[in-house]
Amino acid sequence: MPAAPAPRSQPSSQAVLAAVAAGGAIGAVARHGLAAVLPHGHFAWSTLAVNLTGCLLIGVLMVLITEVRPAHPLVRPFLGVGVLGGFTTFSTYIADIRQALDAGAGAAALAYLVLTVTGAVAAVWAGASLTRLAAAAVPRRAAEPAGEEGAA
Amino acid sequence: MTVLLVALGAALGAPLRYLADRLVQARHGTPFPWGTFTVNVSGSALLGFLIALPAGDTLMAAAGTGFCGALTTYSTFGYETLKLAEGGARLLAVLNAVASVVAGLGAAYLGAALAHAFLA
Repeated sequence: MPAAPAPRSQPSSQAVLAAVAAGGAIGAVARHGLAAVLPHGHFAWSTLAVNLTGCLLIGVLMVLITEVRPAHPLVRPFLGVGVLGGFTTFSTYIADIRQALDAGAGAAALAYLVLTVTGAVAAVWAGASLTRLAAAAVPRRAAEPAGEEGAA
Repeated sequence: MTVLLVALGAALGAPLRYLADRLVQARHGTPFPWGTFTVNVSGSALLGFLIALPAGDTLMAAAGTGFCGALTTYSTFGYETLKLAEGGARLLAVLNAVASVVAGLGAAYLGAALAHAFLA
């Protein structure tokens, strides 16, 4: 049996998997909840909103934990791989395109396809860029032990 | 009840994506994100299969919304595509986006065809 891990050491692979699983469940339930309240016709607004929001947030998260300040080693597995990975979905995106194509709504299918993929990359870029700007505007805050701030 | 099934499916799908990604990425040295590509195409095929059955509400919540939804990811796909573009590999970035969508659609139709053959 390995000794008790030192602070900031690599978490066990079981801990990482558990964090990914818990985060994935939370993200998927949130996606499911949004799908229930947003309209879903030939144009899958709900999936689009979920995927673009998730992409914006991964941009924010990755800059925060790789450039602004180091995070606990389970933050990326939980929030990035788990919550945001479980929140966003590629399989439903593909199923949405098929559904629109099969319904004869070719223009809507193409618009949805292109808008999601270009919007996703733009959203990651926007999330990352805005976070860099915000971090540069408050450089001292990030370095000082700021206590428990409401960084949601 | 449905929420629980979604959570359960996702609690399997998300770690499987993580493991599959690591396994695939460890087997090649190219910058192309084959790991995410693999889970996204596989999940699209499985969801295509489930929709074509068609799976009932219970199976769809657990296996479709939960498992396939969490096995596949758009956030990592978007992040990796942007990373490729920012790293100067613009062609690879475009290729990743186009290949993922084309292969995902092809896989979904293949999954549906399999379901039809399965039921015939």
